[in-house]
Amino acid sequence: MNLKESKVRYFFDLISELTKKEIKVRYKNSFLGYLWSVLSPLFTALVFFVAFKVVIKLKIENYVLFLISGLFCWQWYTNSIFASSTLFLNNSSLIKKVNFPRETLVYSMVLSDMFHFLLSIPVILLFVFIYRQKFPYFIFLLPFVVFFQFVFISGISLIISSINLFFRDLERLVIVFTNLLFYITPIIYSENMVPEKYKIFLYINPMAYFVILYRNIFLFNKINLDLLLVAAAYSLVAYFVGYKIYSFLRWKFAEVV
Amino acid sequence: MEVRRGSMKETVVIFKDVTKYYPLYHSFIGIKNFLFNLPLAIKELKRNKLCALRNISFEIYKGETVGIIGHNGAGKSTILGLIAGVLKPTNGEIIVKSKVVGLLELSAGFHPDLTGYENIILNGILLGMTKKEILSKVDEIVGFSELDEFVFQPIRTYSTGMLARLGFSVAINAPADILLIDEVLAVGDINFQKKCYKKIEEIKSQNKTIIFVSHDLENVLRLCNRVILLHHGEVIKDGDTYEVIDYYKKVFS
Repeated sequence: MNLKESKVRYFFDLISELTKKEIKVRYKNSFLGYLWSVLSPLFTALVFFVAFKVVIKLKIENYVLFLISGLFCWQWYTNSIFASSTLFLNNSSLIKKVNFPRETLVYSMVLSDMFHFLLSIPVILLFVFIYRQKFPYFIFLLPFVVFFQFVFISGISLIISSINLFFRDLERLVIVFTNLLFYITPIIYSENMVPEKYKIFLYINPMAYFVILYRNIFLFNKINLDLLLVAAAYSLVAYFVGYKIYSFLRWKFAEVV
Repeated sequence: MEVRRGSMKETVVIFKDVTKYYPLYHSFIGIKNFLFNLPLAIKELKRNKLCALRNISFEIYKGETVGIIGHNGAGKSTILGLIAGVLKPTNGEIIVKSKVVGLLELSAGFHPDLTGYENIILNGILLGMTKKEILSKVDEIVGFSELDEFVFQPIRTYSTGMLARLGFSVAINAPADILLIDEVLAVGDINFQKKCYKKIEEIKSQNKTIIFVSHDLENVLRLCNRVILLHHGEVIKDGDTYEVIDYYKKVFS
């Protein structure tokens, strides 16, 4: 009992210290610091705004708000996914020498990216205010969406970080595939604009559920419990598969890093 | 042998017929080579293994200081990896009965942008201490490292010697019953080295087990009361420090 308790305690200490490190280190030498976790997705949003609203004249109201409510959670996803491919490689000396639960590296990396995502939520609220929208009351359900997105990203990151040690081409594939996924996820356009025969790509794409959930909370002041359930199911499956793959390969990490 | 040592002493590490193969990945580099030589490549994949340890058996007892010596590639680091639990044997059985801490390579797990103090906390936790434990020890660690006010500077500003002192201080103060040391003793100046040896003597006197891998025979002579000599993954000799080192010098140099 007591031993188990101290093990759990240790596990959380480890994750929290690693996460703190990640967060501290990221902007340690930059002048604007944490502001960058808000500024860089905002600049990306600006680019899309110019391309799709100013040039292409897409017919979506409140486009900046529309864009960032999906884009910020997407950036959390891509940041974590790209970092996961080299995660174990970057910590090779630790993995070779110390027998600590390696999955904590993954969780803390995803958590630190989540922290930056959370920092950007006030910016979304600011745009809600600028566009004179109603206050999004369903924001109290946000923790559930964030939690399941964390579970989902952790699962995918476990898969990528583990397999990439043995099959380094994966990191290239991830870049190509993530790029593709961006355009089949309704971030720059609305899910209603997708033609019926391509809707299948929305249904099989877990990130689409998260984007729609966030957007409906912030922009349309509603929560789709059915979407949340499907997203939760996808997350649990991704995590389960990720953890299985990780546990299977874990013993070989020290041999290949 | 069992009888001579066994009845009084408690075993802490047991290796029973341990064999370790490393698969050789990437022996055919790139898809082009792989496809053009497909049958050969598959055969290679199956056969291409490196044998690091061959049927090794030994026991280490509580309170012993054991040196492991041998040429490069003899399997020394593999043994440490197996004891630390970062590797799994291909065949055979390994039993480790107490908590193990490995001395890190210089600055493994350290982050250059964090201060020495922050790195101590992080490293202590990675080595298996809870936050509470490390916080209660941090003053002692800082004191031992002799870094003084530098602990609040980011460690990218440290010299190699300072880094080594930091790493050594964290690991040596970690609560463990088995300490693994892999060639990192040559740290700092003579005074600091003296201090390290003193600390190791202190650990020895606490009836803890130390497993020491080194090429430096003088250090092995000084610290160990038993030496295991490895050659090409096999135990050639195992016994009294002087005997084994004499043998090693005669046969291999």
